[in-house]
Amino acid sequence: MSEIAHALIVTGYILSVVLTLAALLTWMERKQSALMQDRIGANRASILGFRAIGLFHIIADSLKMFLKEDFVPARGVRLFHTLAPFISAFCALAIFACIPFGPSLPLGDTTVNLWIFDSDISLLYVLALGSLGIYGIFFAGWSSHNKFAYLGAMRGAAQMLSYEIALGISLIGLIMVYGSLSLNDIVHYQGRQLFGFLPAWGVFLQPLACLIFLTAGIAESKRNPFDMPEGESEIIGYFTEYSSMKFGLFFLADFIEVVVVAALVTVLFFGGWQVPYLQADGFQLPGGTHWELAPLAVGLIQVGAFCAKLFFFCWLQLTIRWTLPRFRYDQLMRLGWQFLLPLSIANILVTGIILVCR
Amino acid sequence: MADDMKQDPEVERRDNPAAAAAEDDDDARRMVINIGPSHPAMHGIIRIVTELEGETVRKAEIEIGYLHRAFEKSAEHVGWNGVMPYTDRLNYVSPLINNFGYCMAVEKLMGIRPPERAEYIRTIMAELSRVGDHLTCVGASAMELNAFTAFLYFMAARELIYELVEDVTGARITIAYGRVGGVRSDLPEGFIPKALGFFKTIRKNIAEVHGLLTRNRIFYDRMRDTGVIHAADALDYGIMGPFLRGTGVAHDLRKAEPYHMYSRVEFVVPTGTRGDNYDRYLVRMEEMEQSLRICEQCFKQMAPGTHQADIPPEYLDANQMVDAAKHARTECLIDREARLSPNMEGQEHRHKRQVIADDKTAAMPSLGKTYSNIESLMNHFMLVMNCHGIRPPAGEAYAAVEGANGELGFYAVSDGTGYPHRVRVHPPCFPIVASLEQVLVGGMVADIIATFGSVNMIGGELDR
Repeated sequence: MSEIAHALIVTGYILSVVLTLAALLTWMERKQSALMQDRIGANRASILGFRAIGLFHIIADSLKMFLKEDFVPARGVRLFHTLAPFISAFCALAIFACIPFGPSLPLGDTTVNLWIFDSDISLLYVLALGSLGIYGIFFAGWSSHNKFAYLGAMRGAAQMLSYEIALGISLIGLIMVYGSLSLNDIVHYQGRQLFGFLPAWGVFLQPLACLIFLTAGIAESKRNPFDMPEGESEIIGYFTEYSSMKFGLFFLADFIEVVVVAALVTVLFFGGWQVPYLQADGFQLPGGTHWELAPLAVGLIQVGAFCAKLFFFCWLQLTIRWTLPRFRYDQLMRLGWQFLLPLSIANILVTGIILVCR
Repeated sequence: MADDMKQDPEVERRDNPAAAAAEDDDDARRMVINIGPSHPAMHGIIRIVTELEGETVRKAEIEIGYLHRAFEKSAEHVGWNGVMPYTDRLNYVSPLINNFGYCMAVEKLMGIRPPERAEYIRTIMAELSRVGDHLTCVGASAMELNAFTAFLYFMAARELIYELVEDVTGARITIAYGRVGGVRSDLPEGFIPKALGFFKTIRKNIAEVHGLLTRNRIFYDRMRDTGVIHAADALDYGIMGPFLRGTGVAHDLRKAEPYHMYSRVEFVVPTGTRGDNYDRYLVRMEEMEQSLRICEQCFKQMAPGTHQADIPPEYLDANQMVDAAKHARTECLIDREARLSPNMEGQEHRHKRQVIADDKTAAMPSLGKTYSNIESLMNHFMLVMNCHGIRPPAGEAYAAVEGANGELGFYAVSDGTGYPHRVRVHPPCFPIVASLEQVLVGGMVADIIATFGSVNMIGGELDR
């Protein structure tokens, strides 16, 4: 199989997983919130009387988005107004390029790598693209010629810049432990075991960093309780002046970011596609029990494990979103700068001391 | 002379360049932002023009009147009883309290007292409405802080309140249940056990929201020390209700000037200490519990209704009744009840005479009597006929009840005709909204939402 065909197929697979999951999340969010709030949730859309527990709402919503008028404010800047949602969606999607969705699967004579590229700078690439996402919000707020959108953009820029720092610094401790910036190496490292029984997942090695990363990650994805830039009951948000599929893209980008955060937490802290005690040749339990499995079966279990973890963290974010109220702008800043940042620096110190003393 | 002294602003700027420069600087740093009426948190009925410095509010101008329906003027054209449905639309979240407040003003004018059972029913229904109102207010303000789940828990509880209200009045919001001299109908059969069952669920939902919000750090930080008003300021503005009690002043009309049956029940008036959003939230949460307590005490104290009578009444169809009366076969009408349409449950004679004053000038006779004897027919006719109806003696009266937002007062002036000369409403959220221009300044944009939520502004009541 040629390199390019291989890359295209894997890209197609990853894109379809991410986009399907993001679309599914719009439905899941409605059903999940309904479940939490004693409601029924979306169930009206039907095809020939067939409701499919509301799943058709995904199609109905996207059709609606496509059919709406594409509106640009009279004094808005058309170029940037159009560009903004694409930047948001692109930055969120491009992050998945280096996320390993599974191990190398042996298929016949060839092996299929379930990642698009892997290099020494993967983690930096992820952080860089995450930061670039600000431009989408900022262009949207600025080019809309609307004060609410402008306030939302300002909040968004300030919030994402502040949490970027805590996010990045929380990862340094992790990098010190793993000794690599390649996400693949990180996942492989987590296949080891601590004290002979505990999987060497990031969450056990760096529990504090995990919490900080998850918090800052949710803040980066601008969802409740950190949905300052949106704040629909306060300032409506940076996409006040957006309609049609441009709004749809922002909306989708939001959910893609949920998947991004879930994927990163999975890869960095929860072993990626690793399943505890599952080695390349089968299960190897601490007691000495051995259960042999075919390499392909191991690979498929690991791909499934990654998807399950991904799904769990998406669900967790939805639950958080429907449980907590929203922060206020200054409180959010205080949390980021005065609490998360010192904590993540302290985490580096402690990690360093432990590594040196070991 | 004073007008001449006032200089043209342009001239003033020319004469004092330093001040003008400072002003320009201020203007450049400030952004005027128009919140509402089409804004998610402003409900389409109020506009706040804010001047922001960054996100800090430096000036707030409140513009009201988007829901003005000329209640007071309309009242002068519909007769004393006709005002009743209009009062439903004042505070449409707790319409029963408005009904009773207006009734009390007219009763004061006419010097009639409702029977005891009617007073109990009024107390119960007013407290149910208060619970419903507080549920809406706390729930909606939590929702505006994005605690959507708490809002829906409260809406589920409010639904139960509405179901009770619907059982009694036949409607959910536009209830028109009050009557001069009492209430329209008795409580339906099985109301008390049903209500007691619902109270359990309501208490459970309130406890759940307590668990979700009260000690939630984010919620606490959003509510604590935002929208602060001091007791002295609140009193100067004439604010009453939970907004005043949040500042620590334990003023409650139900205690200060007991009406209905409030002097016979035990309840606590909860107060806050700091007068901020969090105190108001706590006051409202506690008041709901107290209201439920009041209802329960009323259920215990109330004499059993006629539903529990040993001998079920004998019914006769309305047309048979009319025929019998026409042919003077009055002996078969004694102790007979007219069979009424099911949606008039509780208005049979044996119920009606318990819940409305026995006063021909104000209270409609029960339908059974109207069908069966000429005096009641004429009485009915006089009360519903145009230009007749209730005619309080010339004079004026003010009656106030503790509405969900504070003192809800009705000032009625009669000139002795069938129409009110004037009905003035003192809406409780009017002074609160007036104080917003002071309360909002210094806070942030996000605080506007939290504070505005705790004001519980009801457009129907504010703009009338």
